[in-house]
Amino acid sequence: MTTAAPPLIRQRVEPAAARASQLWKVYGSGEAQVTALRGVDVELERGRFTAIMGPSGSGKSTLMHCLAGLDAVSRGQVFVGDTEVTGLNDAGLTRLRREKIGFIFQQFNLLPTLTAQENILLPLAIAGRKPDQQWFRTVIDTVGLGDRLGHRPSQLSGGQQQRVACARALVSRPEVVFADEPTGNLDSRSGAEVLGFLRRSVTEYGQTIVMVTHDAVAASYADRVVFLADGQIVAELTGPTPERVLDTLKSLDRPAPLETEL
Amino acid sequence: MLRATIKSLLARKLRLVLSGLAVLLGVMFVSGSFVLTDALGRSFDNMFSSAMAETDVLVTARPAIDVSEMEGESVPGTLAAADRDAVAAVPGVAEVVADVQADGARVIGKDGKVVASFGPPRFGANWTGETGGLELREGRGPAAADEIAINVTLAELSKLKVGDRVGVLTTQPKKMFTLVGIFGYEGGLPGQGPVHEVRFTEAVAQELMLGAPGAYTSLSVTAAPGTDPAALRDAIQSRLGDRYTVQTGQEAGAAIAGEFKTILSLFNNILLGFAGVALFVGTFLILNTFSIIVAQRTRELALSRALGASRRQVIGSVMVEALAIGLLASVLGLAAGVGVGALLAKFAADFSSIVLASISVPLAAVISAFAVGIGVTVIAALLPAVRASRVPPVAALQEVATPDRPLTRLTVSGAVIGALGAGAIAFGLATTGDAVMWLLLGGVLATFIGVSLLSPVLARPVVSVLGRLFSWSVPGRLGRLNSGRNPRRTAITAAALMVGVALITGVNTTISSADNSLRGDAETGFQADLIISGQESPGVLPTFDEALLPRMRAVPGIGTVTARYADQAMVGEQPNWAAAFTDLPAVVRDLSVVTVAGTLDQPGPGEVVVDDQNAAEAGVAVGGTVTVKLPKGEPTTYRVSGVYQRTPFLGGYLFGTGVVPGMRFPQPSLAYVRLADGADADAARQGLEALLVDSPEMLVEDKQQYLDRVLGEGAQLLLMIQILLGLAIVIAVLGVINTLALSVLERTRELGLLRAIGLSRAATMRMITVEAVVITVFGVLLGVAVGVGLGAAVVQGLADEGLKTLTVPWNAIALYLAAGVALGVLAAALPAIRASRINILTAIAHD
Ligand SMILES: Nc1ncnc2c1ncn2[C@@H]1O[C@H](COP(=O)(O)OP(=O)(O)OP(=O)(O)O)[C@@H](O)[C@H]1O
Ligand SMILES: [Mg+2]
Repeated sequence: MTTAAPPLIRQRVEPAAARASQLWKVYGSGEAQVTALRGVDVELERGRFTAIMGPSGSGKSTLMHCLAGLDAVSRGQVFVGDTEVTGLNDAGLTRLRREKIGFIFQQFNLLPTLTAQENILLPLAIAGRKPDQQWFRTVIDTVGLGDRLGHRPSQLSGGQQQRVACARALVSRPEVVFADEPTGNLDSRSGAEVLGFLRRSVTEYGQTIVMVTHDAVAASYADRVVFLADGQIVAELTGPTPERVLDTLKSLDRPAPLETEL
Repeated sequence: MLRATIKSLLARKLRLVLSGLAVLLGVMFVSGSFVLTDALGRSFDNMFSSAMAETDVLVTARPAIDVSEMEGESVPGTLAAADRDAVAAVPGVAEVVADVQADGARVIGKDGKVVASFGPPRFGANWTGETGGLELREGRGPAAADEIAINVTLAELSKLKVGDRVGVLTTQPKKMFTLVGIFGYEGGLPGQGPVHEVRFTEAVAQELMLGAPGAYTSLSVTAAPGTDPAALRDAIQSRLGDRYTVQTGQEAGAAIAGEFKTILSLFNNILLGFAGVALFVGTFLILNTFSIIVAQRTRELALSRALGASRRQVIGSVMVEALAIGLLASVLGLAAGVGVGALLAKFAADFSSIVLASISVPLAAVISAFAVGIGVTVIAALLPAVRASRVPPVAALQEVATPDRPLTRLTVSGAVIGALGAGAIAFGLATTGDAVMWLLLGGVLATFIGVSLLSPVLARPVVSVLGRLFSWSVPGRLGRLNSGRNPRRTAITAAALMVGVALITGVNTTISSADNSLRGDAETGFQADLIISGQESPGVLPTFDEALLPRMRAVPGIGTVTARYADQAMVGEQPNWAAAFTDLPAVVRDLSVVTVAGTLDQPGPGEVVVDDQNAAEAGVAVGGTVTVKLPKGEPTTYRVSGVYQRTPFLGGYLFGTGVVPGMRFPQPSLAYVRLADGADADAARQGLEALLVDSPEMLVEDKQQYLDRVLGEGAQLLLMIQILLGLAIVIAVLGVINTLALSVLERTRELGLLRAIGLSRAATMRMITVEAVVITVFGVLLGVAVGVGLGAAVVQGLADEGLKTLTVPWNAIALYLAAGVALGVLAAALPAIRASRINILTAIAHD
């Protein structure tokens, strides 16, 4: 990249994998108006595993959707790499999703008509790119699905399905992988497999991952935890352990003095 | 959750609307046909009763040749002047007007061409003054032999003016007349219906139209004041005897109107047949819709069963829904049918210049609308309802609501029903009698049902093969996989399309086989270089002056000219065709006719040559005798001197030219021309055309042109059938839209996921389109296969009629496939747009 980066970014040594500034999200209007995000500033460093936590309804999913360009923002800016997401049209968003972003949803990640392998390779096929065979093998080996690649989703367990979804998100080496409660539907053992895999992909391959979770144990796999409450970032932890995460969450449960401040 | 519920409700509404629309269209077709034919029928009633208003009693001769409407035109008999005098002498008769009227008076317009009629007769008649509602609009009635008057209809079409010199073709070659008058009818009408009318003086009309001086076609009697028409009718009948039909004016009007109504009801039946096809296709759509609704409601139904609902109650709940849709569709369809029928009736009345009777809704339309609308819906919903009642209560607790049921039973029953259908068709084609029609209809219906039942099994392999064509792109591959996902649904959607396509292909295969057989025969057998002939229409056989024959033969380059005279004839008690040739051996040579028995020399007086099929049917052989009555002749016995093999170009009873005076058109209607060796074909042809300047209907054509024109009629028939089957195709396309809309709804989450991992809008639309195209192409392929099969069966069955080889219309089939692709793209449009607009977030949240 030789073109001049936007002024905000030029000051940094390495641009963040994704970043939001003064992000507002308002749903509906009039009586039914809900403000899900109130001026969030957040930066997700490259090659790190960030967890987003917070009470239900605090705006975690909304933040992630806005960061990933799945939802339009009301005010503010979002960057993924050096691309400004806010202001892209549908074609631009489609390209962004193909080239820079990977997704893992809580459930229903796979197309029932395709085999596990076809599902994993689907984003590349859609983008018309050739898979990097070596990387593909690495991903498959890390996920540990070698012998189930020919199976359809209905023939796989929930944990296996989520691992396939992880492999799919990683195979195109996206700038960021967004995962919204990827282990929410899994028992603790399957959840641990998936989380272990995500952790390894960050440590060993330098993947950037953002994960929303309610589970303190899951959050402890991350490098950093960002806490949301009422649409604002209220706390942050680096090098989290389950105990510290739980403590922080408890402290958030106390009525926040935000309303009175504003 | 609420959003999802509302969404699925809305989606279901769309589906109900689409399937209701299918019933509605079918019902509209049915009731529209009834309204149309009813209005036209009553219009004819009014027209003829007003035409007969001044006539108390009408006397006509029994037809010389009586054939039903199916087989051709009847040839009217004639009355003599003595009959008129006899009637005039009956007490109570105030006045007798003797009418001469026959079809076949063709006026040559300003452009030198015959003024065309699109089927209605072109009457030549005698001038009887302003009687029977006739009103002079301009000029006067003809008084001299070279004067005519014409009706306004004809005057407007021909642009002729009073004072013009006009050429008229009748049973005689062209004669010139001065147009002295233009007339219309009471009520400002340009004519009695769409007919063209030329009025001559009586003697000229008798000479030219009947070829019989002193002959009349009917006597219109006015009763003396105080005389009852019915009593007068009986008096006249007893005076004249049985040779004549005597009717009161009212009866006669009703009788003529009745003939028209016979044609109308035939027409109505044809329309109803096509409506039936459309409804049959609609049945598939409804069946599919209810199957889907039941599948979607499985958990709900299971829950109600768990809470104690009986099977009957479950069936009832589905049937009530069907009943409601059927009822609504019937009401709306009836209303639409009345509208469409009225519109078409108005259009038809304007086109044929008759006064349209008021539009009413005949009881038949109402009854059939409701019977058909509700019946079809309820029958189609029955199967899904029964399936609903079989849902076990535990299904309420299961995650996977509808397991993939095996297709074995469906396949076996499909094979059995299909085989029964094919058997019925084969049997129907092999036998004769009244049962044939029902056997064929039932056979075709059973074949359709059988193939439909088999189609789910076929869907998987066919779809996977078809899908390979699209698999080069990811959306194409996904689309293909999706269409293979629910073989039943794909199959029934495709089967609906199959019905229309199969019928069209079947008709096309039959017509092109006939076409090709004829061309093949012509290729080998037709030795004539040129053919002189004209376009025949009911009641009119275009002819040319026989005095031209010697001059034709004298044209440089012409070898032989063999003329044919033709008419209908009664052979024994059966109507048949008679032809006379100037030189039968020349025809035998020109058409490569094969001798079966006896000789094919020129028949002498009292001799006849007959084709093998007629000989077999009449049970005569060489040396045997047949009694033949020509329209203007007396029954005469002929000895069979030869039997020939019938060809598509030559059939019937063949005579020498001695019989020509008994024919209505005693002039040649066709001639085979052979050129001399080394002749300049173009010059010879121009020479012939120059001689035929006074016979503008006659064409001089080479073999190719002649065949193209004769076979062109088949192409027109095909076009008509395709248009009428269009509705069935439209309904089938509604079914495709329905299925796709459902697929989109069911796979909302998948679509959201695909969009989330980078599938563009355009690619999403492509995916849905491929799914649609795979379904429609599958339907067209099924239809083509069944259609070619039906065509082959018909060709086999008609082998006796000269259909020798099966010709598969590949070009048309390629066109149908292309149309299938186009229909698929069309049907996909809305669902695809909907799919591409899916909001990724809501789609993912959807459950
Ligand atoms: N489409 C929408 N329309 C209106 N309000 C919405 C919509 N989506 C989310 N919200 C509201 O925005 C707020 C934040 O929602 P969000 O889904 O981001 O919460 P969350 O932190 O992900 O909660 P959870 O932990 O329960 O998933 C909530 O108050 C929610 O009601
Ligand atoms: Mg959430």
